[in-house]
Amino acid sequence: MHKIVRKKTLSDENFLIEIHAPQVAERFLPGQFVIIRIHEKGERIPLTVADVDPKEDTITLVFQVVGKTTMELSSLKEGGTLLNVVGPLGNPSEIENFGRVICVGGGTGIACIYPIVKALSGAGNEVHAIIGARTASLLILEDEIRRASSDIHITTDDGSKGHHGFVTDVLKKLIKKFKNKGGVDLVMVIGPPVMMQAAAEVTRPFGIKTVASLNTIMIDGTGMCGGCRLFVNGEMKLACIDGPEFDAHKVNFRDVISRLSMFEEKEKMAVAHHKKCLRGKK
Amino acid sequence: MIEIGGERVPMREQKPEKRIRNFLSVPLGYNEDEVIAEARRCIQCLGAPCERDCPINMKIKDFIREIVAARFKEAFFIMKEDNPIPGVTGRVCPQETQCEGVCPFFQRKNGINIGKLEAFVADWAMKNNIKEILHIKDRPRKVAVIGSGPAGISCAVDLRKEGYHVTVFEALHKAGGVLQYGIPAFRLPTEIVDYEVAALAEIGVDVRLNTFVGQNVLFDELQRDYDAIFIGTGAGAPLFLRIDGEELKGVYSANEFLIRVNLMKSYRFLDFDTPIVCGDKVGVIGAGNVAMDAARCAKRLGAKEVYILYRRTKKESPARDEEIEHALEEGIILKELVSPKKIHGDADGWVNGIEMFKMKLSEPDKSGRPRPVKIENSEFVLEMETIVEALGTTPNRLFLSRTPELEVNKWQLIEVDNNMQTSIKGVYAGGDAVRGNATVILALGDGRRAARAIHRNLSKKK
Repeated sequence: MHKIVRKKTLSDENFLIEIHAPQVAERFLPGQFVIIRIHEKGERIPLTVADVDPKEDTITLVFQVVGKTTMELSSLKEGGTLLNVVGPLGNPSEIENFGRVICVGGGTGIACIYPIVKALSGAGNEVHAIIGARTASLLILEDEIRRASSDIHITTDDGSKGHHGFVTDVLKKLIKKFKNKGGVDLVMVIGPPVMMQAAAEVTRPFGIKTVASLNTIMIDGTGMCGGCRLFVNGEMKLACIDGPEFDAHKVNFRDVISRLSMFEEKEKMAVAHHKKCLRGKK
Repeated sequence: MIEIGGERVPMREQKPEKRIRNFLSVPLGYNEDEVIAEARRCIQCLGAPCERDCPINMKIKDFIREIVAARFKEAFFIMKEDNPIPGVTGRVCPQETQCEGVCPFFQRKNGINIGKLEAFVADWAMKNNIKEILHIKDRPRKVAVIGSGPAGISCAVDLRKEGYHVTVFEALHKAGGVLQYGIPAFRLPTEIVDYEVAALAEIGVDVRLNTFVGQNVLFDELQRDYDAIFIGTGAGAPLFLRIDGEELKGVYSANEFLIRVNLMKSYRFLDFDTPIVCGDKVGVIGAGNVAMDAARCAKRLGAKEVYILYRRTKKESPARDEEIEHALEEGIILKELVSPKKIHGDADGWVNGIEMFKMKLSEPDKSGRPRPVKIENSEFVLEMETIVEALGTTPNRLFLSRTPELEVNKWQLIEVDNNMQTSIKGVYAGGDAVRGNATVILALGDGRRAARAIHRNLSKKK
């Protein structure tokens, strides 16, 4: 059992929870993830870790409500519990002094990019952060990322804050700005697959190494089910044990995006059923 | 004419048309009269070939004698001396090639139904809450067991009975390994696995779930903290054909399909949260026991047409006869002599068919089975909405990549000596991690043999 020690509502559909998970807190490295299960009948879902506090034995998870499980997760209160938390899973990000790095976070991907921004800055990189969301209320960890980076750029799809448009617009601008000033050595991008794909297309002509973190559908997270498979340079890889980070220029995003919708209809059924049950209880 | 032994007491089963609508056990089990009648048929052969051919040499004659006398509790205690999970092995052992296969009545297809006797006794003990009586004298030494499948269970139980402090590490949220995630409930009811696995904790084995050795806990740490290690990590990683179309929605490894159904209970979706999508037309590639399991699950999930797509013929199938027969009774179509070339999909990325070569059989290969050969230009397409690849599994490559000093063969199976000791002193291995896709009972035997070797070593050390 893993107790929720803190909960914060970031927006209507974005939440932050800090949970007691000593095994993860002790060993977590930026880029890794956990798999959680709320109760005996629950599904296993992967979530990226935004922060850890080894002294308090806690980890911080940020999630968006997209299905029944995240809906239930969002309804848990401080003092409530999750049945299982497994992790850290996956390989940590490659952290070294690359030079100049641009870190791009979109939506809940902002939470995942935060520990990586911190670690890359700590390793001596000049880190430029770009964070973007649909609307201003969905922007998270802005101050934390600002403190951990050289500068921060904000975008919203609706123009409610920062640049009115996409993170890729700013990415393009920054790459051009640095073009004759030593260039950009690495771009790290975490967010919706469509965004990561677009970012990869921005950096491709410049030949800038670009790394994306893939959050595909997983069950066990240990290499057993093969459900999280994706194709990198035509070769089958498992996001859980080979990733979650891959060379964004080599990932077949079309397949990744397609496979993510495999259970869409069932997920809708589960949400409808859950809402009906909740109404029944009232 | 004198007929010794007579006819096998028939096993009552759920009728196919009924059972394809549920996940309940297919065999209904003997009742007390039936089990005694079946046990009475045993002539208590000298030399007991059944015991000799049992991989863990269960005292079969002895427990059969107790059953004849209706002393089920005594029969249960005899079983438990050698086998920690009789309710499981009674159901999933390939008895026809082991104990029952050497029964003198077997030639007339009338061998004593040892498996069902075993299952009856285990179930009886469960119903009557009969537990093994143990007097464990604690020893100070500690053993780590990686994996809570059959190999790990038997090693852990034997060592705990000797008094060692045993910790079992399991990556998933339930203990039992392949018994939980792999074998469907209609062959092996979940409550039986849960009950027999729970005995581990009851006798004082420390079972740590949600702990993935090599990732959350390092192998080095186990080497530092424990006096011996047993690796029973199984062969849980799926193989793929590596043909075009495996990225499509509706394509599963048998592992994923079975994990969703068995471990996550997606056949009870909406009550349980894990979904599964299974179309009306399902093609299962392969014809082993796992392929039969996947096909029969698909049928129960509501598929109208389920095909086993196999490059050889029924005769060469590695599946148990009983599994094939059950599958055929349930209306599963065995399509022989076909080999997939490509999986076809629609514009939305969903599977809509499978393209296959027709095959013919040629001279035997190394496995002794006729080699299937492609017939050129014979390709044809079968419409399919779901494809399940049941091609076998390999050991977990993440675990092995974190233990480079562990010697493996070219199939990535861990090398062991006669005592199940690996290339690292004090580190033992058994079950599918050593054998590839083998059986529950062989894994139990390995765990037991390793436990003996570990005990020999640790008890002589001062």
